[in-house]
This record gives sequence, C-alpha cells and structure tokens, in this order.
Amino acid sequence: MIQDRRRKTDKAGGGKVQVTLTVPSHPKYLYVVRSALYPILVDAGFVRKDARKIILAVDEACSNIIKHAYEGDPTKTITMTIADDADRLTVQLRDYGRKADSAKIAPRNLEDVRPGGLGTHFMGAAFDAVTYDTNQEQGTLLTLEKKKRQVNI
Amino acid sequence: MKVEITTQKLAAGSMLLIKGDVDMNSSPDVRNSLGEIFKQGGAKAILINLSGVRYMDSSGIATLVEAMQNCMKQGMKLRLVELSPPVRDVFELARLSSIFEIFASVSEAQAGL
Repeated sequence: MIQDRRRKTDKAGGGKVQVTLTVPSHPKYLYVVRSALYPILVDAGFVRKDARKIILAVDEACSNIIKHAYEGDPTKTITMTIADDADRLTVQLRDYGRKADSAKIAPRNLEDVRPGGLGTHFMGAAFDAVTYDTNQEQGTLLTLEKKKRQVNI
Repeated sequence: MKVEITTQKLAAGSMLLIKGDVDMNSSPDVRNSLGEIFKQGGAKAILINLSGVRYMDSSGIATLVEAMQNCMKQGMKLRLVELSPPVRDVFELARLSSIFEIFASVSEAQAGL
C-alpha cells in the first residue's frame, strides 16, 4: 500500500508544499521513498549533490526504522512527510514500532573502519537538526530539518 | 528495484559487475555473490565494477568493507572500478576514498596484478 497525498500552494507567494507518502516497512520500498524525494528536493532548490545527500540520509533513517523499530517485520508502515518552506526543508518519519533510544544514537568514529554504523553519520551530515520524538503513544516521530541557503543581494 | 550482478573471470581473479541501486534490499545479493568468489578461492584479486551503480547506502558500503577485510585475511586484493559521481560522494562522506583501492578503468585496475 502506497499513499501519496500532496497539498500545494503558490510557492512564488511564499506558500508551503507538503507531501505525505506511506510505504510498507519492507526494504524494497526504499527505492520508492528515494524516487519520491528527488523531484521535490530539486523543486525546493537543492543542487544535485545536496539532494543526493538528503536522499541518502532519509534512506538510512528508513532503514534504521525497518531494522530497529520494526526488527525486520515488513508488514508495518513508515509515513514520510516532506514540508518545503521558504527557509527550510523538513522531513518527518513516523513509525509505530519500538521507540528509538536517542541516548544510544550517536555517529561512530569514522577512523574505525568497520562494516555498519554509518547511517547516523549520514543523517548528521545532510541535516542541521535531527530530533527523535518518543512522546507518542506508539513508536517514534523522527524530524530532520535543513535550512536553505540564503542568497544575499 | 532489482540489482543485476554478473561475475566475470579474469587472469588474476574475478570481476563483479553490479548494475542498479545497492541498498538494504539488494546488498545481501552483492554479499552472496562475493561469498561465492571467496568460496571458490584461488584468486589473486577481486575487482568490483561499480559503473552501473547510481546509488549506494551504508549497507552497500558495509558489504564492501567486509569484502576488503576478507580479502586482507586471504592475501587477496580488492579493487573498485569506475565509481559513478553519486557513489564517489558516498565514499567521501564516509571518508573511505583513501581506504579502498579505486581505479578509473578495468585495464588500470588489472595492471600489476
């Protein structure tokens, strides 16, 4: 089940674009998440390299939900909401699995070359703020925020 | 999205040619193909041609790090070939560009093996 709901207002007038997508918690749908994100990021004004970093970070966050929150159960859902405001991009990921333990989430030392543990580093590299809200009745709401670069005239 | 993996025999070993996105869904397929090469043994080197890979996440990186560690244990060389710009960006972000042997072409990667 994939739902795509768009609400679009006049961007030129400083309006907000919001897209919501719900995908099953199976790794094969990560491709759908990435494919949905790219045109929105380009439309939001991100250059290709930054867009790729953001997509990687969101993909890693979804992978973490599948692995840790749902412990590999492919029958659950992940809902992604992307809000494109004039000054920032916000991506929210909602799951209904085991709550994230933010005290245990930290990027690892990259000097220590070993398999795994890079996802948190990628999220921190792409976004200005990464917030885990576990005050939900069930699951976690992860918010990833990135400020847009201001062009001074 | 399905990943396509082809294994080619080379004079000094084997080359894995990967096409598609290497993510949490497809990296087990890459790991299995590498496992087959390790099982056969007798190779001096494994080349992994990434020219057809436009996306790689941390699970893909982890698979390559594992392969590098296995090669080191077995006295083999692991060489990565033709990284596309998106994959190169991921390697730089993970600060792994200097850890792997990376070559611009298959002929360059085969030199000196």
